[in-house]
Amino acid sequence: MAKFTFTLNGAPATVDIDPSTPLLWVLRDHLGLTGTKFGCGAAQCGACTVHVDGEAVRSCVYTIDSVEGAAVTTIEGLSKDGLHRLQKAWIEHQVPQCGYCQPGFIMAAAALIAQQPKPSDADIEASITNICRCGTYARIKQAIRSAVMP
Amino acid sequence: MFARGCHVGVGRLCLTLPVAAIVAMVSGAAAQDAKDPRSVALAAYDRIATVLQSPRCINCHPRGDRPTQADDRHVHGMNVQRGADNTGVAAMRCSTCHQAHNNDLAGVPGAPHWHLAPRSMGWAGLSKGEQCRVLLDPRNNGGRGVPELVAHMTGDALVLWAWSPGRGRMPPPLSIEEMKIALEQWAAAGAPCPE
Repeated sequence: MAKFTFTLNGAPATVDIDPSTPLLWVLRDHLGLTGTKFGCGAAQCGACTVHVDGEAVRSCVYTIDSVEGAAVTTIEGLSKDGLHRLQKAWIEHQVPQCGYCQPGFIMAAAALIAQQPKPSDADIEASITNICRCGTYARIKQAIRSAVMP
Repeated sequence: MFARGCHVGVGRLCLTLPVAAIVAMVSGAAAQDAKDPRSVALAAYDRIATVLQSPRCINCHPRGDRPTQADDRHVHGMNVQRGADNTGVAAMRCSTCHQAHNNDLAGVPGAPHWHLAPRSMGWAGLSKGEQCRVLLDPRNNGGRGVPELVAHMTGDALVLWAWSPGRGRMPPPLSIEEMKIALEQWAAAGAPCPE
């Protein structure tokens, strides 16, 4: 066990935990933030995507010892009121079907547009490699495109 | 049964030679090699090439934009792309999954500054000689001379990860100590390349 301190959605957080614990389980089981989802547990699907120092990270394989001193943002902290421009676009385009994977998609998309304010379709396809079993990819692309429109 | 040390197989033929003749042949060749630094260096490079062409090195030295992964060198999953700075693309960086250390529970390898070699150092599919010439060309290798190349191959944290690759991955065929000796022999003779 070891103590790790980091910033979580703008507030300080400390956990005393095995260093090999995935960030996902720290968030969900120890800190009660269940918006981030477990999908595959092998970094394949992206349902667990959060930001660490602004970069998208697949938290199911990202151990807590790499988070010491970092700034972590989850879907709960993406915006104060749940109305980040991507979240508004998601509502406008009625993107989710079952919805389970969508927090991961939105976090990946947020990291993309923070670094590339005008991503092309090719940029979106290369950057957003998350998996949606409902097949909502077309609406996800539409929502990202509309979120970055002036 | 054949007497030990007395036979040389050629296909299905087996030629009987006196032991003394074989000893003379082998020791003579070794003596000649020992006097010829270029032969020693080329033999050393043969050993170096087995490392450079192992999956641990070549998976992240692609000539295109897609790295490979694992011992079977299949194309990296998750549509991983090189990106402009060889660390992936926005929202899909190497660091999206790879940390500064292996994660053996999840099976994700990791080491400091995990990234792809630049396109100019793409080795996949090259012959030993081609790879050697690419390696030595300062226009490709970031302006490194032989001493800097040797230092990179024996001291860089990401390179050294190859010998601690984590669960389910084979290390290169030479140990790091054997690699260092081979590099010293190769460099000492002016780092010649095979044809």
